[in-house]
Amino acid sequence: MKELRLMKGNEALAEAAIRSGCDAYFGYPITPQSEVLEYLSKEANVRTGMVILQAESEVASINMVYGAAGTGKRIMTSSSSPGISLMQEGISYIACAELPCLLVNVNRGGPGLGTIQPSQGDYFQSVKGGGHGDYKLIVLAPSTVQEMSDFVKLSFELAFKYNNPVMILTDGALGQMMEKVELFEQQERKTNIEPWATVGKPKDRERNIITSLHIQPDKMEEINLKLQAKYREIEKNEIRFEETNCEDAEYLIVAYGLVARICVKAAQLAADKGLKVGVLRPISLFPFPYEKINELAGKVNGILDVEMNAGQMVEDVRLAVNGKVPVEFYGRMGGVVPTPEEILENLEKKLAGGKA
Amino acid sequence: MNEKRMIEEDQHFEDVIAEESICIQENIVYEKPDTLTDTPFHYCPGCGHGVAHRLIAEVISELNIQEETIGVAPVGCAVFAYNYLNIDMTEAAHGRASAVATGIKRVLPEKYVFTYQGDGDLAAIGTAETLHTCNRGENVLIIFINNATYGMTGGQMAPTTLPNMKSTTSPFGRDIATMGHPLKMTDLVAQLPGTYYVTRQAVHKPGNVRKAKKAIMNGFKYQKENKGTCFIEIVSNCPSNWKMTPRESNKWLEENMIPYYPLGDLKIPNVKEN
Repeated sequence: MKELRLMKGNEALAEAAIRSGCDAYFGYPITPQSEVLEYLSKEANVRTGMVILQAESEVASINMVYGAAGTGKRIMTSSSSPGISLMQEGISYIACAELPCLLVNVNRGGPGLGTIQPSQGDYFQSVKGGGHGDYKLIVLAPSTVQEMSDFVKLSFELAFKYNNPVMILTDGALGQMMEKVELFEQQERKTNIEPWATVGKPKDRERNIITSLHIQPDKMEEINLKLQAKYREIEKNEIRFEETNCEDAEYLIVAYGLVARICVKAAQLAADKGLKVGVLRPISLFPFPYEKINELAGKVNGILDVEMNAGQMVEDVRLAVNGKVPVEFYGRMGGVVPTPEEILENLEKKLAGGKA
Repeated sequence: MNEKRMIEEDQHFEDVIAEESICIQENIVYEKPDTLTDTPFHYCPGCGHGVAHRLIAEVISELNIQEETIGVAPVGCAVFAYNYLNIDMTEAAHGRASAVATGIKRVLPEKYVFTYQGDGDLAAIGTAETLHTCNRGENVLIIFINNATYGMTGGQMAPTTLPNMKSTTSPFGRDIATMGHPLKMTDLVAQLPGTYYVTRQAVHKPGNVRKAKKAIMNGFKYQKENKGTCFIEIVSNCPSNWKMTPRESNKWLEENMIPYYPLGDLKIPNVKEN
């Protein structure tokens, strides 16, 4: 029987964490995602024995995640932009040590203390590295409360498939808004012990060491090559996107997360005016659907990239399009959410030459 | 020493070890605990880290908890601690060892978890994590090596550098007016209700080594009682960065470090209550 509930995005994500059999959550309050910690504090331990710990800072949280993830269990944290900035050093360590875990960024407007309103200003930080050194997170961008729930389970699967941290990059609106969500069944807590985990060394195996320190340059390069090979494998297998009316579109909008939904509405308004507009929504931001966008670029007259930032993903869209057709950008910043009307207006102005 | 005499002495040594009695179990007076690997220590001659590592290894071996222990290494001179201890270990970011230990202990509450940290790591960049770990009373053991200097980076001023003590970043001596006071972290954590056992030890003399080992033994044993954080400071030396011979550094430690950081227990479990 379907289990349907009306939930906030943050609550759906927290509920999904419990149902994924997550072993521990370490976090620190920050708007607009504090409901995750609040919901888990109330529900998680009593239901599954999941460890919930409110740390003294995001710096401590991510290092608790590092330690706990090293035991091979399902571990997560969540925060919002300034808090995620504080975590970057730890995320780099986790990526280098190849520890599976889930990180959630409920993106708010920046830079600086910024605003508590929704933003996509952390695309670069999430997709291009954020911390020091060459590493990649697998980055998933939900656009519905349903996906806020579903992607938690998917994230843990991907994290353990590749021994890599996975980030759910969402925003303050998706975190706060309520929608119907179909919950998945409670999963068992993990019982198998990963061969690399630091759980105490039995006599019959070598000691396990979790480290990102390889002082010899050739050894460190070897580690880097191994990481890069893994990222190429992820690029081969894990690209996810959603197409809406892209088949016979004259123009294409590329947008992720919440904005993609607004763009679908803008495309409907365009259709009412007789203009065929398709929407391509990258779901995995790393790996990015470069090939798909390149393929679609060959079929349309122009592409509009829409984001809630100053133009970040548009750089990847331009790389994908590689000059085939004009790529224009429209964005709002500082926590402002664009309307379907203004998106259509910009599409007409920048690409369609007032055609619609 | 001339070559002839060396050969004679070698011969004499071989004669002595040829005697079967040396191989009798009861005659073994010194051996390497199985918790130490065969990797030679990278520490400078005369440095206290080697002794402290050995004590931890001896305690883990004697308690027979090698299979149940997870260590957390710091950033600093002891960054390679995991090369020497034959147990599962995690290498933490600078200052974050106690947060990493918290993460491990919370998901593996039955295991023994300890951190090994220097003064820069624990008392400067990691102050918040140290205080909060102790204040939450995490059931972990924190071993704090205080040699009043940033050893690995080459002798800069540490939070525990003594007043007027010279370092590469206090070349005219630590000026309290502009550089602040040495931080007595152990005294601080002893005030927190979350700590269970807090002590300050040294390893520069045989008597101190024995006491320090007893303290480390207690630190591990108390962890099973789940009553809070155990915190052991080991006041140590740094001959290389203090620019002294090992012997001079031990003398300086005794005359300068110990008066500022007096040895002894700051908080001991109330056995009657147990």
